[in-house]
Amino acid sequence: MIPISYYITLSAILFTIGAVCVLIRRNAIIIFMGIELMLNAANLAFVAFANQHQVLSGQIFVFFIMTVAAAEVAVGLALIVTIFRTKHSIDVDQLSSLKG
Amino acid sequence: MTANLIFFLILALVSIGAALGLLFSRNAVYAALFLVLNFITVAIYYLLLNAPFLAMAQVTVYAGAIMVLFLFVIMLLGTKKLKTRGENLWQRRLAIGLGVVLLGEIASLFFIQGRGGALLGDIGTKFGGPEAIGLELFNQYLLPFEITSILLLVGMIGAIVLTKED
Repeated sequence: MIPISYYITLSAILFTIGAVCVLIRRNAIIIFMGIELMLNAANLAFVAFANQHQVLSGQIFVFFIMTVAAAEVAVGLALIVTIFRTKHSIDVDQLSSLKG
Repeated sequence: MTANLIFFLILALVSIGAALGLLFSRNAVYAALFLVLNFITVAIYYLLLNAPFLAMAQVTVYAGAIMVLFLFVIMLLGTKKLKTRGENLWQRRLAIGLGVVLLGEIASLFFIQGRGGALLGDIGTKFGGPEAIGLELFNQYLLPFEITSILLLVGMIGAIVLTKED
């Protein structure tokens, strides 16, 4: 038996790594992966709390997060491919056409 | 220290190591593979937390479908390493500083507020199985489930329209 705080701490550490990944990397695909890592960390917390309260709603929520993440990845990667076609780069620092 | 806790800690090390590999690897393909490893360790956590259905969905949807999509796009765009010219150093330092602050807060919560809490473990094989999930999904969450299908349709059409060459 493992205390819930261990799971929540692990989830928070994974979330932090994902957030730092989004902040310091330039490659749009790797930034995307950081977002996936953060979603996954949140899912872990959901499942841990579902186990604590013995209510299935937490797990159902994770199921919905997975489907939303799948849709998000499909559209996001399509956007990245389109950006690569027009700009020939997926470096987020170079996507500054809208800079005021 | 029980065997369970040792197992948890080893798995946590693998999970955090894979996440750090994603953070620091220069090659996008390696980053994607590290992320697959992380997803699989999280799936094992789901098994420990009585969520077998979600664990399998995690392996097939996340580690399978989504990461194959990522790898496909990486291959499509070319695997060459991204040039890191014009390093935005202040941004990187700020990000790492904020990350360290966040980790410090987590550590202080963990060590000061107490690391107890409810004990999580096996709560019956029925909980979180496909049958239980299906009953809950189609009894209580039918409308969100149907809306999800529309969302997936929109995502599919969006991906096709965005990448269509004309």
